[in-house]
Amino acid sequence: MTEFENWDWETKEKLISEISEWRRKFPVIHEYVVSNDGEKISAPVKTQEDAFTVCVNGEIWENTFEKLWSLRFGPDDRLTCLCMNDDEWTVATDGETWEETFEYVWNIQFTPDGKIIAVNVKGKNGYRISLNGKTWENGYVEARDFALSPDGKNTAAGVQTKGLGEGDIFGFAEGVWTVAVNGVPWKRNFLNVWGIAISSDSSKIAAEVRVGEYEYTIAINGDIWNETFKCVWEPIFYPKGEDVLVPVQTDDGWTLAKNGQIIWERKFVQAWHQKFSPDGQRIAAIVAPKIGKWTIAVDGSTWNKTFGDAVLLPVFSPDSKKVAAVVKENNRWTVAVDGIPWAEDFDMIWDPVFSPDCNRVAAKAEKDGKYFIVVDGKVGKHGFEALWSPIFSPDGNKLLIKAVEDGKYYRRVIPVEKI
Amino acid sequence: MTEPAAEAVVDPGIDEKIKKLTPERIESTINKVLTKGAAARLKVYLQTCVHCGLCADACHFYLSNDKDPKFSPVGKVKQTLWEIIRKKGKVDGGFIKDCSRIAHTECNVCRRCSMYCPFGIDIAYLLLLVRRMCALLGVVPQYLQDTVNSHAVTMNQMWVKQDEWIDSLQWQEEDAQDEVKNARIPLDKEGAEIMYSVIGPEPKFLAQLLGNIAMIMAVAGMDWTMPSFDGWDNSNMPMYSGDFETMARVERKHHEAALKLKVKRIVMGECGHAFRGAVYDGPKWLAWKEPPVPIIHAVQFYYELIKSGRIKIAKKFKEPVTVQEPCNIVRGRGLGDMLRYIMRATCEDFRDVYPRYEHNYCCGAGGGVINCGPQWKKSRVKGNRVKAEQLKATGAKFVVTPCHNCHSGIEDIVEHYNLGMHTKFFSEILIDVMEIPEDLKVE
Amino acid sequence: MYEFVSGPLVWISFIVFIGGSIYRLVSMFKLADKEKVIFPYMSLKYSLRSLIHWIIPFASTNMRRRPFMTIITFAFHICLVLTPIFLLSHNLLWYQSWKISWWTMPERTADIMTIIVIFTAIFFLIRRLVLPEVRFVTFLSDYALLTVAVAPFITGFLAYHQWLPYKTMLILHIISGEIMLIAIPFTRLSHMLYFVFTRAYMGSEFGAVRNSKDW
Repeated sequence: MTEFENWDWETKEKLISEISEWRRKFPVIHEYVVSNDGEKISAPVKTQEDAFTVCVNGEIWENTFEKLWSLRFGPDDRLTCLCMNDDEWTVATDGETWEETFEYVWNIQFTPDGKIIAVNVKGKNGYRISLNGKTWENGYVEARDFALSPDGKNTAAGVQTKGLGEGDIFGFAEGVWTVAVNGVPWKRNFLNVWGIAISSDSSKIAAEVRVGEYEYTIAINGDIWNETFKCVWEPIFYPKGEDVLVPVQTDDGWTLAKNGQIIWERKFVQAWHQKFSPDGQRIAAIVAPKIGKWTIAVDGSTWNKTFGDAVLLPVFSPDSKKVAAVVKENNRWTVAVDGIPWAEDFDMIWDPVFSPDCNRVAAKAEKDGKYFIVVDGKVGKHGFEALWSPIFSPDGNKLLIKAVEDGKYYRRVIPVEKI
Repeated sequence: MTEPAAEAVVDPGIDEKIKKLTPERIESTINKVLTKGAAARLKVYLQTCVHCGLCADACHFYLSNDKDPKFSPVGKVKQTLWEIIRKKGKVDGGFIKDCSRIAHTECNVCRRCSMYCPFGIDIAYLLLLVRRMCALLGVVPQYLQDTVNSHAVTMNQMWVKQDEWIDSLQWQEEDAQDEVKNARIPLDKEGAEIMYSVIGPEPKFLAQLLGNIAMIMAVAGMDWTMPSFDGWDNSNMPMYSGDFETMARVERKHHEAALKLKVKRIVMGECGHAFRGAVYDGPKWLAWKEPPVPIIHAVQFYYELIKSGRIKIAKKFKEPVTVQEPCNIVRGRGLGDMLRYIMRATCEDFRDVYPRYEHNYCCGAGGGVINCGPQWKKSRVKGNRVKAEQLKATGAKFVVTPCHNCHSGIEDIVEHYNLGMHTKFFSEILIDVMEIPEDLKVE
Repeated sequence: MYEFVSGPLVWISFIVFIGGSIYRLVSMFKLADKEKVIFPYMSLKYSLRSLIHWIIPFASTNMRRRPFMTIITFAFHICLVLTPIFLLSHNLLWYQSWKISWWTMPERTADIMTIIVIFTAIFFLIRRLVLPEVRFVTFLSDYALLTVAVAPFITGFLAYHQWLPYKTMLILHIISGEIMLIAIPFTRLSHMLYFVFTRAYMGSEFGAVRNSKDW
């Protein structure tokens, strides 16, 4: 990842590109993306009939494609997309395409350093995963989604090991799905596999598995827990080691289980999206004590306030002490920090970000068709045509704001109090 | 045990599965359903029903089978739940087979009968409980179970693989561009106003409907998107087989796709059961009182587009046309007036039906019944003679069916009863009659 | 005998009726809370909307479709509930025991209402025997319940007119009334207790959730 300390935190304003100009140059422009550091704005553009390319800060790539989509900046701010010429699909990064081509590619994933780019591919040998153009040896009848380990050494996907005829419910009941790691399937099959997670040291792979039509559990490297549950959701690994934390449904409701043992006494009508604090000591999850009453539970105890419509993913402060989350009530969105919602509400709000000193929370929000920066509930003065989530400077005093105003894309660094 | 109401149908999903059942498993499974989770409504409903038979006339199966009481709503409950409770779950495989036939294939869980019951007993809910018992015992009609398996694996109804989905969209986008300049299907557009979701059969068999919506959205100038990832399918057959865990998993994907894409609302294509699953049954199981991102049905959406003038009608559809009111959006959402508004706005000769609105008859295909497969087609079509008579009385040449199940179900009825009609989705009418602005016309 | 049935047994039957009804309703509420999906969806407005449409004759479609049945049903239930409450002789008993009394209806009216109960009950009986869709779901218990409901009226009528030995009839009348009271919470006669709630739930479901009518 580009060290964000080394980004330009001094220049107050840079006009990166006049995107209104692009509209004159290209008949079709798809959705814009901006780099993490805000120095680049890009979009797929059509240059002539059946020819798409990528425009970055007004300059286009040399090569063109019949189709091009899923354009995005990786963590290292290299620009990657999926592209097709002559019915052959591949991946292009900063204008360079992989040598290998496929019948189809989708689902781009990056390692945290951005060096490894992995995708689902379909080719003559069935469904596989490809990393930087190097593809699994084994192909499958089908492979859906995949997980990529942080070190890029392992990829794991749910795979179908045996084809089924139309309506073959008996074949299905025998189990034709498993997890393949780097192309090698687990020794055991299941009715279904979902929600694959990889441990931080890359040694263990866990997945939700269905062992009977109404029996759910977790498999780790192919071995299942002794306990089964009415239902389970996606497992995650403890930040260190091989323990696995999973929302499970018991007769009394949903709760969290560690390695098959229930760790939260309290049961909920729903519990999911469990998350560890940065120090690995605390666990937060989205829970619903009752239907239509959503909140965050931290280590099993809930916020006092509940929200009627929804609560989204918990976000821990860097010091692990606070939790913020997007909340929604009466079809209005806002952010709540430790259970206290901001007074202002919005048409839409994006995930909150904590300042490095944990004292401030900022988010991108939408109101009446304009986008605003919001800090601790205070709405910024400018309403932008387009905006990307703000980023705090290393000292927490400034915000990097990536925004489109009057058809121009600006990168601004402003003191937090001057939003 | 009662004799089968319909002639025996061979369905391995039922016949083979009951062979594996033991009396112990049947008893313990049934008693689990009776005592856990479902207790309040079940208990009160059973205590309240005075066996008056007033619900009978509500049921198209009953009316169409010459008022055979075995097909009346309460008659179906009698043959299933009452027996089960009387015998405290000590029933045999043959009985479970009958239960599955009755609950899965002879009831559309359309809820018309609950409007005829003086107590407002939700008889469809009782039959869904029977389905749940059968499902927990693994007894589900083969084709329905296969669809459920598809949902569990792919999160869509038709075993559509991830690449096939995206490919279909890209291909339909191109086709749409032949008709409307720059028509697009924007994929994964975060922050769009609308996420449009469809049911699995659209990419599988009716891909042109995806092209249609691309044109309609372009003409109306909407800010919309579709997910390239799982969660694009809003349909839900496990809701109808009785596999509520899979139902919930599918619904969660759908709603979380919308949350991930940061859209203001979901607009769903012309499907009724999908509306029920996405708006009621799914969220309820997952603890959302209402969908976390508001959902509207295509009928509501088209109503908005036409009423607001975002889409103008160039020339109305000329042929006489009538409409099928999908239970899940009319009895289930009160969209009857909006449906008539868009019909009248686009058709010169709209012929209304009787009975109508909440009291309209089910198409006979909904509630998972058509998904039980070709084995059950005969009893399904025979069980909806009243629909054929109702449609015939309109003298229309076309039937608009803003629901996939209605569409296929009415087609079968039209064919069987020789009605000489054709079914159309509303979007097919709209594509024909809408005005394409000059700047969007393809030279 | 008379002293027993008109004394302790009355007490017992009222205690069972009231206590049983409370027990039934409390357990219903408890179960409904446990079921989790009931209370969040309840709406007072739509509960009342539904109830109003179903306690007014001909306010619902099915009632209009079957006018005869509607008239019979309403007549039966109105007479069944009101006659015992406003009957002069019942009132006198209340006054004797508790020194409370309220409006009473003319004896002739009560007599007619009793006949209505008896004849409408006969109609229900015939309906059960004749209509296939009703016969199919009829059990012995349905005849028994109908008997339980109508017995106090038949015996009361006979006692009042003294066509049969008065004392015996009176005792039978009291016993049958007591049986009915006791039966209400523990048989399908409890539809009397549940009616409000099943309707309220369906009314809320149709109105508040589904934006639609349930009549």
